[in-house]
Amino acid sequence: MVLMVEAEGLVKRFGAVVALAGVDLAAEKGATLALLGPNGAGKTTLVRILTTLLRPDAGRASVAGHDVVSAPGLVRSAIGLAGQYAAVDELLTGRENLELVGFLYGMGKAERRRRGAEALERLSLSGACDRLVKTYSGGMRRRLDLAASLIGRPAVLFLDEPTTGLDPRTRNDLWDFVAELVAAGTTVLLTTQYMEEAERLAHRIVVISTGTVIAEGTAAELKDRMGGDVLVARVADRADLGRAVAIMASLGEGAPQVDADQRLVSLPAKRGTEVLIVAGQRLAGDHIALDDLGIRRPSLDEVFLSLTGSAGRPAGSEPPSGHAAGP
Amino acid sequence: MQDSRSPARVTRMTPMAAMRDAAGIARRNLLRTIRLPGEASVLIIQPVVILLLFRYVLGGAIKVPGGNYADYLVPAVFAEAMLLAGMSTAIGLAQDITSGMIDRFRSLPMARSAVLAGRTLSDLVRSVFALALVVALGVAVGFRFHCTFPAALAAIALVIAFGYAFSWIYATIGLLTKNPESAQVIAVLPVFVLMFISSAIVPVDTMPGWLQPVARNQPFSVTTDAMRALLEGGPAAAWAWQSIAWSAGILAAFFIIAVRLYRNVTT
Repeated sequence: MVLMVEAEGLVKRFGAVVALAGVDLAAEKGATLALLGPNGAGKTTLVRILTTLLRPDAGRASVAGHDVVSAPGLVRSAIGLAGQYAAVDELLTGRENLELVGFLYGMGKAERRRRGAEALERLSLSGACDRLVKTYSGGMRRRLDLAASLIGRPAVLFLDEPTTGLDPRTRNDLWDFVAELVAAGTTVLLTTQYMEEAERLAHRIVVISTGTVIAEGTAAELKDRMGGDVLVARVADRADLGRAVAIMASLGEGAPQVDADQRLVSLPAKRGTEVLIVAGQRLAGDHIALDDLGIRRPSLDEVFLSLTGSAGRPAGSEPPSGHAAGP
Repeated sequence: MQDSRSPARVTRMTPMAAMRDAAGIARRNLLRTIRLPGEASVLIIQPVVILLLFRYVLGGAIKVPGGNYADYLVPAVFAEAMLLAGMSTAIGLAQDITSGMIDRFRSLPMARSAVLAGRTLSDLVRSVFALALVVALGVAVGFRFHCTFPAALAAIALVIAFGYAFSWIYATIGLLTKNPESAQVIAVLPVFVLMFISSAIVPVDTMPGWLQPVARNQPFSVTTDAMRALLEGGPAAAWAWQSIAWSAGILAAFFIIAVRLYRNVTT
């Protein structure tokens, strides 16, 4: 196992604000690691340290085997960075942007031409390559930014919120593209606020909040932390909701959660299938018509909210549930 | 997979490689200038207005040794045109910080000095264009070369060297303000202070005694006085050496400061 990104106890302060309070991180060669966290969690600061743009106040980190503080030049020759704010020059054409980056990697004319054309082709920008970037749409700029980060054929690619603000179609295309890169052996570290993105792309997910890692694992492992499955029943008629809640409460699995608008009653269900059968029998016995009844895994969204939500609240207090009383 | 930039090249950046990187950045900046010519042409307006204002409105009330105010004023406007045109270094760098371009450049295996050197060099090209225009306009309002061709070249070389050294002060301002609007406001201050507390527009003898040593020896004055002496065809060595010393000192000090700042600058 080769670690392409390794960090230990990274600390970064901006004045009195602690952006990172001791972060450990590891990404294996050819894997995708997602840093998941809300705005201000410290994701971008972490990426900036790993890409040599910022120096950590404490701790150490290495990328592609090189220390980010003592050998920044070697790190830079091994990485690509595509940022949240597409860093491309508006007054140059797409091709000129890529050839400039190629030039700054030290490539000769023929090589930067070839790699530029290749990257434009791969990101479907060939048709627009001789237009000034200021005429590009937001999605096109983002693709060009990604193309620029690939010119040097990086071993490790950093993507800072790569799809923030993109429409779903462009986002899907970008995801496919990143998956292709990973399949070809590139190590990817991406930051995101979107669970869907982390789940779709990442082998491992690191959840960070206020500068600390609060959970780490595969998507499945993180979901297991929620304590297993959830039993969900959707009643056909809202008038039956009260009776359905009473029946669910009688199953001995704990207090049900109610979403009156969606006519949903949900319940954590450790004894999954067994509880499902009993619930089905009792609801049918009470002549409650159902649109849906089933067991499902918690979504990563729920995992994320339960992990980050608890950080700021006093222990034992419940999240407010405005619909709990029902109609 | 071939890697054109070998690890050795990255860790020990040679002067040749650094110059190549700077040339790449300069080329990019000049392409931007060609595509946004309005931004550059604005730079020429201020020296033109100053030239016309002092020549025709205020000049009549200002008495200078030798009597020809055009010959006295125009060399100062050369220096002023160089400094005002150089302000685009501060603004351009601040724009690159705001837009995230600097983050991209800093994440590439390129010379640490290249973004700054490329910026100051491309802006020097623009400044020299502005200077050429002001020289032509100066001649149109009555300025005359009273000297040999080499002396005229030496005068122009002095002011270009001064302008280039000063552009590293602008680079420092751009890196500190990180925002084009503030950069513009701050960058104009040293130009006006240096231009007015100097021999540029009025003879230093007319100023209060305590101010005279400052006004006489600061770089804008010595450069202007050196140019005047050269263009009049008189002995100029004393001023010229002072001007060269100032330019070399400013260049060395602010090159070091600006490159230090660049290493840690981020959006």
